[in-house]
Amino acid sequence: MTDGISLVLFSGTTDKLHAAATIVAGAAAMGRPVNVLLQYWALDAFRADRIETDHGLAYDAMTPGSSRPVAGAAEIPWLETFRMAKELGDVTIQACSGSLETLGFKADRLDGLVDGPCGIASFLMAAEGGQILFI
Amino acid sequence: MTTTCAELDAITADKVIDARGAACPGPLLEAKKGMGSVPVGSIIEIWSTDPVTKSDIGAWSAKIGHDFLGSVTVDGYDRVLVRRGK
Repeated sequence: MTDGISLVLFSGTTDKLHAAATIVAGAAAMGRPVNVLLQYWALDAFRADRIETDHGLAYDAMTPGSSRPVAGAAEIPWLETFRMAKELGDVTIQACSGSLETLGFKADRLDGLVDGPCGIASFLMAAEGGQILFI
Repeated sequence: MTTTCAELDAITADKVIDARGAACPGPLLEAKKGMGSVPVGSIIEIWSTDPVTKSDIGAWSAKIGHDFLGSVTVDGYDRVLVRRGK
């Protein structure tokens, strides 16, 4: 078994993006290779024209009485955490080609943090023998 | 060998990283970044108000091969000391 971590990031709300970024950055700091596959709403959040905007909170936050981020969702540093993770470790972020097709845009509209498009077979091959997480 | 608080207090770090106010994984990332800027054998000192930083830095040091020297709490924050091992 390799010590690599593969993460399928599906959700595009700030809280889940930050939860993912925390795991990715932590693993990168620990010297573990990380492969991230962006699907659907996470992919949409990484669009160059949207990445700096407020991506809101997950449906869970709508529950009456739930806690809220102290400084608001827009201040949660998910993007900076991803940037640091890529800077400090072996982190690859790829775009699910099927999700690109479904959402109707090309990989060239994504932020520079994304390394490029990837098919599911290639992702699973790279993930083989390591852990796979889904957020 | 366990380093005592007095011994930790007496250490002068080669680099001090002020990560006070940052939440996990901020201090860990700052430590990783800072460690890359000093030669092997140097000591870095991370200041953190996040109470889990000292255990996280300890785990990270063990995994990577650095020498975790320990931590001391002063004025509401932790001073965490690590010697670069590789």
